[in-house]
Amino acid sequence: MDLKDRPVALQLSGVKKQYRLGQIGAGTLQADLQSWWARRRGREDPNSKIGTNTNLHGKTFLALDGIDLTVFRGEALGIIGPNGAGKSTILKLISRVTAPTEGDIDLYGRVSSMLEVGTGLDRNLTGRENIYLNGAILGMTRREIDRKLDKIIAFSELEPFIDTPVKRYSSGMYVKLAFAVAAHLDNEIMIMDEVLAVGDAAFQNKCLTRMREAARQEGRTVLYVSHNMNTIRALCDRCVVMERGRIRFDGAVEPAIADYLSMSAGYDAVDLDLSKMVHAGLETGRVLRMEHLLLESKVEPVYTAEETMKLRFHLQLEKTMEQVLLRFTVRTLSDQAVGTAWSQPMPFPVSGEAEADFSLPLSALAPGKYYASLGFYRREPGGSLDRLDHISRAFRFEITTNADALMEGENAVGAVVLPEMRGIIL
Amino acid sequence: MPEGSFHVHISSSRRPLELKLGEVWQYRDLIWLFTRRSFAVTYHQTILGPAWLLISPLLSSLIYLMLFGQIARLGTDGAPQLLFYLSGTAIWGFFSACLIGNAGTFVSNAGLFGKVYFPRLTVPISNVFSAGIRFGVQLLLVFGFLLYYLARGAVSPHWWAWLLIPLILLQLGLLGMGCGVLISALTTKYRDLSVLVSIGMQLWMFATPVVYPLSELPKGALRTAILWNPVTAPVELFRYAVLGVGKVLPGYLAASAVITVIIAVLGVMLFNRVERTFMDTV
Repeated sequence: MDLKDRPVALQLSGVKKQYRLGQIGAGTLQADLQSWWARRRGREDPNSKIGTNTNLHGKTFLALDGIDLTVFRGEALGIIGPNGAGKSTILKLISRVTAPTEGDIDLYGRVSSMLEVGTGLDRNLTGRENIYLNGAILGMTRREIDRKLDKIIAFSELEPFIDTPVKRYSSGMYVKLAFAVAAHLDNEIMIMDEVLAVGDAAFQNKCLTRMREAARQEGRTVLYVSHNMNTIRALCDRCVVMERGRIRFDGAVEPAIADYLSMSAGYDAVDLDLSKMVHAGLETGRVLRMEHLLLESKVEPVYTAEETMKLRFHLQLEKTMEQVLLRFTVRTLSDQAVGTAWSQPMPFPVSGEAEADFSLPLSALAPGKYYASLGFYRREPGGSLDRLDHISRAFRFEITTNADALMEGENAVGAVVLPEMRGIIL
Repeated sequence: MPEGSFHVHISSSRRPLELKLGEVWQYRDLIWLFTRRSFAVTYHQTILGPAWLLISPLLSSLIYLMLFGQIARLGTDGAPQLLFYLSGTAIWGFFSACLIGNAGTFVSNAGLFGKVYFPRLTVPISNVFSAGIRFGVQLLLVFGFLLYYLARGAVSPHWWAWLLIPLILLQLGLLGMGCGVLISALTTKYRDLSVLVSIGMQLWMFATPVVYPLSELPKGALRTAILWNPVTAPVELFRYAVLGVGKVLPGYLAASAVITVIIAVLGVMLFNRVERTFMDTV
């Protein structure tokens, strides 16, 4: 089918979104009045640096830097990209939670958004009352909900509990209720952000089927943000890859996923400049920043399962810290998480530059190629963990087969080596 | 699905300020659901439940009766003291609920507003409705005591003026909501205001003839200031209807109505402007 024949569902032209970094607060009332007065009289804002858009009261950050995107009716568009690329910001603008700093957005149809599961559910109300409240928040009228109530309850699989207050629900039930309402909206444009990360496998499948149905049979437009490549494959027929607030790829799903996975710099290298990579989040990397990583005593990142991976980090620390942990997450090439290793908490007694060595035995990994995501965390006095810095898919490494291993693919043996079995012949 | 029946254009350029009331009307079911929820949640897991609607104004009226009636010996224009304070508490309680309930709209709903769009004005409007329903219940209480005092011949209400009570509610509701949303829009940036609200409301109450009648005030600057207080004239009118005491002040009522419209329009426009991007600052 030629996409160009279909009517447009939504269009973004030259959309930019700017956020102000840092604290907005004390002392700004006077400055705001000054700026306002200057604008009123057509003068230059006394609180902006000359020739820049940097405000003295905080640096600004372009979450979206000129997005042009046209989505046609009935398309299921996936949006992928590393953390901080602007995926969620696009959805926030489309769902009108916030307005763009520059540019125009045209929506041809009502938008139903599920930016996060459980939006607008009130813990004190029963499931049934919440269906009405949630439905109304998402734009349904009472009559519409009356009509669909039975279908919604059936879809949620919660008939026996529908008159129980939601606070007695398990988190899985909570999600089912929320999704059941959203799935029955008649809105022409549906936007979802990682909704499917919760709920059991059967329910996830049901949700995917529902969304695909909405797109393929009912002519709805679906915009879906996810880090899970498998759900993107299952749902979408077009995919956009984002990087640093821009669209870097727009097209079919498989090439998009390939493009996304190839983004992680420094593949097959052992000497990695982490400072150039995408660090997750706005606030991360401020107190502690990963600058450089060396995979020691290696010329290429290939290990046998008997080996131990030795990591030498070069870090930049703003202050001294205690109880800092390294998190090392292994993912397969198809982006399934395999497992996570944590270091023991360790102190960093000096600020400024620091070197740190970590070692990870690899015996649990089956032969194959993997991505490693790196994160530094700090254990707070209360026991909670505070993320200091994180890089998704910082590098790729390979575990080679040793002689007696079966030569089979990842799908046949999996990614994890389970302990040896014991057998007894009776 | 109707073809192209719905189109929204979102532009970065600020459009002239607007009220967006049409959209609010589309979401009228939501207003009603919010109103119902506020009752379901407030009296959830309380022993006395909705009886609190009657107990709390009764208690505060008794306190006023002791403090202002017995100790300070302020007059009540000849109306029975309990009835005087009950009616004052009811009408002031309505106004202050409209204001205080809405002063934190953005900050306290940040979680919800940050995830899904619906016309934000539905929240303040539903707050006014719940305040109105609470007022209605309290008016029944006032009416009960009124019957008792009527039987004893202690009061002579102006029954025809009861017809004006809905108008008084409309005006005070608009004024309270207008001030409330104005404050809520400003508190997204300047949190200090939220601290000022509760103390400010106390002061405002004493600047309104709630626990004393207007006639007790000596002529002078203070009395003029209190007369210009936009809540004064409606409160006096309410007392005039319910208790048959107090004054009808047509000039000040008109001034109060003008102030109300200005504040409400200003408040809603600022509210609508803030709702576009407040998520970035909260």
